[in-house]
Amino acid sequence: MRLIFSAAAVATLAISILIIYTLVKDAWGFFIDVPKGDLWNIGWFPRRGIFDIKTLILGTLMVTGIAMLIAVPLGLGVAIYLSEFAAPRVRRVLKPIIEVLAGIPSVVLGYFAISFINPNIITALVGGSNKAFNVAAAGVAVGILTIPIIASVSEDALRAVPMALREASYGLGARRVSTTFRVVFPAAISGIVAALILGISRAIGETMVVAIAAGAVGGGLFSTDPFQPGQTMTAAMAALGFGSDQVAGSGLAFQSLFFIGFLLFVITLVLNMIGDRLVRKVREEY
Amino acid sequence: MSIATPDRFGAQSAASLTERLTGARRDVRGRIVEWILLSALGLSLLILVALVVNLVDRAWPVLDGRLGDFLSSGLDASNAAEAGVWQAIRGTLTLAIIVAIVAFPLGIACAIYLEEYAGQSRIARLIRINVRNLAGVPSIVYGILGLTIFVKFAGGLTGGRTVIAGGLTLATLVLPVVIITASEALRAVPQSIREGALGVGATKWEAVRSHVLPSAAPGILTGTVLALSRAAGEAAPLLLVGGITGLLRTGNQSIWQQITEGGFTSMPVAIFSYARQTGADFQAVTGAASLILLVLVIIINGLAIWLRNRFESRW
Repeated sequence: MRLIFSAAAVATLAISILIIYTLVKDAWGFFIDVPKGDLWNIGWFPRRGIFDIKTLILGTLMVTGIAMLIAVPLGLGVAIYLSEFAAPRVRRVLKPIIEVLAGIPSVVLGYFAISFINPNIITALVGGSNKAFNVAAAGVAVGILTIPIIASVSEDALRAVPMALREASYGLGARRVSTTFRVVFPAAISGIVAALILGISRAIGETMVVAIAAGAVGGGLFSTDPFQPGQTMTAAMAALGFGSDQVAGSGLAFQSLFFIGFLLFVITLVLNMIGDRLVRKVREEY
Repeated sequence: MSIATPDRFGAQSAASLTERLTGARRDVRGRIVEWILLSALGLSLLILVALVVNLVDRAWPVLDGRLGDFLSSGLDASNAAEAGVWQAIRGTLTLAIIVAIVAFPLGIACAIYLEEYAGQSRIARLIRINVRNLAGVPSIVYGILGLTIFVKFAGGLTGGRTVIAGGLTLATLVLPVVIITASEALRAVPQSIREGALGVGATKWEAVRSHVLPSAAPGILTGTVLALSRAAGEAAPLLLVGGITGLLRTGNQSIWQQITEGGFTSMPVAIFSYARQTGADFQAVTGAASLILLVLVIIINGLAIWLRNRFESRW
């Protein structure tokens, strides 16, 4: 039996090796073959042989930044309230509801972005100078997706802080607010940083919301305006991928899929490893 | 310069002490902060409500007008009056079955190895780190893996861009989730249960099979159900391995034909193709499909949470 079980475990290693192998092989092929001038150009138009990587990276940064503007205050607020203020009964009811938020499929949130967030919120914010598909609406929706991750990881970190620290603070006459923000929050800070890093990594890797709501399906010009259509690394990969029979003909465009995939893999891997290390540090401390 | 008599002094401090002890309601700053935190929670819940209300509102023309027709029509992103979700629902079910067949045994076996057999060996530590990293890999990267391995390399076995390749890709995607939740469930089983079995002469495997697994079953089940709901909501990797957007002609083949001849779609992929169309009628179609998927996923997740609460054992 032991042999069967260890074979299953080794299979997970094989998955990692296969992911890295497939990504590196074609990403390297792309990097060798592509005229380097096309990697830094006016925009991302893979079918015309223009692979401006900064368009995608800026798009990803904008979506992630907007997402964090939404998710950090809401996620941390939810975590602090549930961990430090809510009565146990309230917490038992509310926590599963926040978990439901985590289960919403990203395509549904993508549709929510174009049918609600953009017409009702973004338009009200900028007075109609936004396009029907834009980066800001996608960013807000990605932020909604990220709330539960930030909330649950940082709530775990806050609850891991020993009761004795809170009691010592109360014993010195501190009120709940001072105890929460001067004692508990600093004590849990590495877990909270981990929550933010894992949230950023999740936002960078989110595909369908951006593919639906940010527009720019075939490609896009380099743009710093969040109220215009834009493209992220993930959405560009989805756009290259579906109907990839046509793309498969023109070798470079198809290979660029692997190149972006490799960049995305490395970025999220580094973020996840840092986040993971911090989460375990919290567990070791207390 | 007057000297305070002990009497006056005592009365003063008693008054200030009483005020401090009973004056909790004057902690204005505390109240404000609590309200700010509570409003963060309220806003998050409000988003959920807005999402559902908006979906029902948008989907109403379809729900009211042609729900039965919508449920039984195929994928057609060129004509909103003909568009439906029948093929998508069937595709999602087929994918879920493949995920269950492939990912559940593999994931649970891996968890059993890590928790019961491996101990703290170097290879076990490596596998644990590896699984945690795999859980954070963006889903679209799994699409690249599926495209290279299951569609191209093993195309002879899977038939290329078929529901098999899609199911295997999703199974790979949720495998880390299954492993992590099953590991946690196994770790929660107290050592004394294992020792009880080993003490009466059971082999390692007998102890695991007859004692540890039954105790951990509810936790493992919860994890597998959550993995299933994750798989049901994923679209990105399926776009790369051949999930059909637009129009799926080979509509009413049997499941076997669907497997061998290719051409599959799923709920999230169908929603993606409808969401890309413009016009109010397609808004309604997208809304209706989204609502069906959302209800499906919430039911599955609710089941998992209920299972966890119902069978959660406290040792």
